[in-house]
Amino acid sequence: MNLTLKVWRQANAKAKGNMENYSIADISPDMSFLEMMDVLNEQLIGQGIDPIAFDHDCREGICGMCSMFINGEAHGPDRLVTTCQLHMRKFKDGDTITIEPFRALAFPVIKDLTVDRSAFDRVQQAGGFVSVNTSGNTQDANAIPIAKHDADKAFDAAACIGCGACVASCKNASAMLFVSAKVSQYALLPQGKVEATDRVMNMVKQMDEEGFGNCTNTGACEVECPKGISLENIARMNREYLFASLKG
Amino acid sequence: MSLTSSTIGRKVAMALSGLFLVVFLTQHFTINFISVFSAKTFNEISHFMGNNPLVQFVLQPILIFGVVFHFTMGFVLEIQNRKSRAVQYVKYKGSANASWVSRNMIWSGAVVLSFLGLHFYDFWFPEMNYKYIEVLPLDPARYYEEMTHKFHDFLRVGLYIISFIFLALHLNHGFASSFQSVGVNNKYSSSIKKFAIAFSVIIPVGFIFIALFHHINSL
Ligand code: HEM
Ligand code: SF4
Ligand code: FES
Repeated sequence: MNLTLKVWRQANAKAKGNMENYSIADISPDMSFLEMMDVLNEQLIGQGIDPIAFDHDCREGICGMCSMFINGEAHGPDRLVTTCQLHMRKFKDGDTITIEPFRALAFPVIKDLTVDRSAFDRVQQAGGFVSVNTSGNTQDANAIPIAKHDADKAFDAAACIGCGACVASCKNASAMLFVSAKVSQYALLPQGKVEATDRVMNMVKQMDEEGFGNCTNTGACEVECPKGISLENIARMNREYLFASLKG
Repeated sequence: MSLTSSTIGRKVAMALSGLFLVVFLTQHFTINFISVFSAKTFNEISHFMGNNPLVQFVLQPILIFGVVFHFTMGFVLEIQNRKSRAVQYVKYKGSANASWVSRNMIWSGAVVLSFLGLHFYDFWFPEMNYKYIEVLPLDPARYYEEMTHKFHDFLRVGLYIISFIFLALHLNHGFASSFQSVGVNNKYSSSIKKFAIAFSVIIPVGFIFIALFHHINSL
């Protein structure tokens, strides 16, 4: 496959940045998108051009590092995949592919296609945990029976890999899907009930402070989420938040 | 919780004010629809609504507050949401993952707001003038006549029709969406959604029918 790539280049967080065009030839349809980027970078290094910085780690869809906004969609045109799982066969020979960093006020660009997603870490630190006494007489989690239905829902929510595709896709750059997955994962389990009130209040407060937008229920996040996190979680978070605020 | 400062609080406030407007719309539609069948009943109800102190001095201010709150909050959220993405994408394929109506609530809302301006100019201001400024004598039979008179002008009827189409678009997303906003997403949600979508079509089409009915009758 021969392709034209339009890539966002930005030297550092302060630099202005612009789109650059690159041509690339002989790409195998079986390559992953990141492998294609590797080939491009080899080519750029050979030409004495600074290679394109992009995030990646596991390259098997579990770490959430690979980002990229490809042809107007987070992680590209395929569904339920991350960029590392996106294959070049989803594109056609001769295509022009636009590649941009995830864009949100709360995700500033570090360089080229890499963005700083530590806002998610801070939201998580604000309440995405359960406090357990580890002094030696910790109760075995399996000793507490949990209804299959609840366990499944909690597990579905826990599948969120914190990639930020939801924020990147949302026209409002809202982080509600991510935060609601993290809230739900605990809200559904007895272990999470103890701190439920503080958790949702603190996580939402942190989310707001980071400058994420407001949810208008367009549903873009759910469609683009590589892990299929459901909008149901946002409704659950809203309920948790309402009840928590009524409790004061 | 603060209904006006946190993101979720604002979302809930938006939904509650929207639902309130939906209830009002249903009531308004019912009264208008009666005008198709009976001028007499329409006059009676209009006279009651226009002169009952509870409606005039309690419900009407609540309604006005609801409308103003809803669109003000709509604009506030829109500005906040735009700020949340300071640098825009070069290529953003919004249609790939979300419906047009859901992405353009501010525009459908803005059209409805301009319609409200026209509607107030047509009915509410003359009404306030009649009752409270010029304090003209009570005339329980004037309403039907005044209303049908307005629908003689086709330009006005045309503007009403366009506005109702945008109202339909607004409700097409908004009505069902407000349940999600207040945290209702369960086994009833698909039925709620069907109902909301039917409502978003039937009510505006009904209003269009009423406007056309009186226009054609006046020819
Ligand atoms: C009779 C008039 C109106 C009715 C019945 C109505 C109804 C609704 C409903 C039910 C919602 C959904 C709330 C949610 O998703 O949580 C909504 C949202 C919204 N409305 Fe209205 N509305 C009306 C007029 C207006 C006007 C005049 C504006 C002015 C700009 C406006 C702007 C908005 C905006 C920006 C949203 C937020 C979109 C979203 O959250 O998805 N609306 N409206
Ligand atoms: S909810 Fe989905 S899209 Fe959002 S961070 Fe989690 S895995 Fe990524
Ligand atoms: S590199 Fe880990 S999910 Fe893509």
